[in-house]
Amino acid sequence: MELSAYPLELPPDDRPMVRFMNVTKSYGSLVVLDDLNLDIQRGEMVSVIGPSGSGKTTVLRMLMTLESINGGVIYIDGKPLTHMERKGVLVPADEAHLRRMRASIGMCFQHFNLFPHMTALQNCMEGPVQVLGLSKAEARDRSEELLKMVGMIDKKDQHPSRLSGGQQQRVAIARALAMRPRIMLFDEVTSALDPEVIGEVTEVIRRLVAEHDLTMLMVTHQMGFARDISDRICFFYKGKIEEQAAPEQFFTNPQRERTQQFLRAVKDAD
Amino acid sequence: MTFDWKWDFVWEIAPRLAAATLNTLLAAGSGYAIALVLGLALALGQRTRWPALTFILRETLEFIRSTPLVLQIFFIFYVGPQVGITLSPWVAGMMAIGLHYSAYLSEVYRAGIEAVPKGQWEACRALNMTTRDTYARIVLPQAVPQAIPGMGNYLVGIFKDTPMLSVIGVTELMQTANAIGSETYRFLEPYTLVGVIFLALSLPTAGLVRLLERVLRRKLGM
Repeated sequence: MELSAYPLELPPDDRPMVRFMNVTKSYGSLVVLDDLNLDIQRGEMVSVIGPSGSGKTTVLRMLMTLESINGGVIYIDGKPLTHMERKGVLVPADEAHLRRMRASIGMCFQHFNLFPHMTALQNCMEGPVQVLGLSKAEARDRSEELLKMVGMIDKKDQHPSRLSGGQQQRVAIARALAMRPRIMLFDEVTSALDPEVIGEVTEVIRRLVAEHDLTMLMVTHQMGFARDISDRICFFYKGKIEEQAAPEQFFTNPQRERTQQFLRAVKDAD
Repeated sequence: MTFDWKWDFVWEIAPRLAAATLNTLLAAGSGYAIALVLGLALALGQRTRWPALTFILRETLEFIRSTPLVLQIFFIFYVGPQVGITLSPWVAGMMAIGLHYSAYLSEVYRAGIEAVPKGQWEACRALNMTTRDTYARIVLPQAVPQAIPGMGNYLVGIFKDTPMLSVIGVTELMQTANAIGSETYRFLEPYTLVGVIFLALSLPTAGLVRLLERVLRRKLGM
């Protein structure tokens, strides 16, 4: 599809929080995502699952604009993210446009990626002060409140190297939330954690789902957790959505052969 | 031929050599300061989005690294005036040393920057930080402690290269020792003293660099 065929904006009665429209991503001849079409509604929690190499992490990374796309358009709240309007048609976005649009998206990573030379509190304050232009006092209030929420307030003056993986991930969640995003992305946030601390991170995410109206997209290997908190499960297989459904339906009555195989394999591994 | 070491001659020339030592330290210090700043600019310049700039910088640095320092000193001092840039020996010498070592230091910075994990850049992007803030607040504070050992080696290197400035008449240690030698026909004491002074300055510098690295790493919580 030609870029000129894509709408400059989505119509008001059809504006999901996120829309992937015919999105394609490839590295050379390797196609990672093939003609992806996916809507995420306002306030929805969608879990993306699938075997490794299925392109599920790439979905998040494209949305965070960590990866460029090779085809299609991503819309955020009806406005193009990956593209911008020039003379009545869409052209690939420049850095200024990406910066404007990216402000509504936050992300947590598998390996936390906290800034090692800053304390937990400084990690949380960095974005609000440098990017949003908040005063230090405002940023501190906001950050301390969030650190309280994730149960890390008593460690606020520690550097990441002094924190456990679970603690670092909770700080990373607070850091992302301090930017007040409307969309939160969780990329395998429990995969690098020791089993005994996974619960403290999932508990924070549970509370976010219950108490905030964030739109969330989560890549995870924890089926039980995904089943508990998601509004919808998306199963990716070889760069395509093989099946998507509400969690109950998805886990109790998967329709597709590949989904059934995957769920069996995951169950055996447990 | 006898080994004929004269202590009273040593005491006689010591003040002159001490004064020259100050000059050597000054030359090395200012050359290093230029190299530190210029090296960082060159390292960052190679990471811009303009491939032409990257190409030009890389080739220029390769050229600087592949030609002798002494040639660069001569070039700036003697060829400069022909194109209308006349510099005193001091300024020409410091510029040559600064330029020469900036080529090496830019590599040290580059390695330090590349050692910062990709996840740090991605976290900056996810927080919507500007490129400038990303470098100034996140990447360089992590890259510099990595680069300290390499930076320290080149400080000692610069220091040992300052005698080359004697070729354009900068009165640093080597030049002064030569002058004393040709005035008195005694070379043993001045050259020996020069060696001792260099040793006495180089060794503590290396130790201080290691200490600085440790302190910096601890301060940054790494």
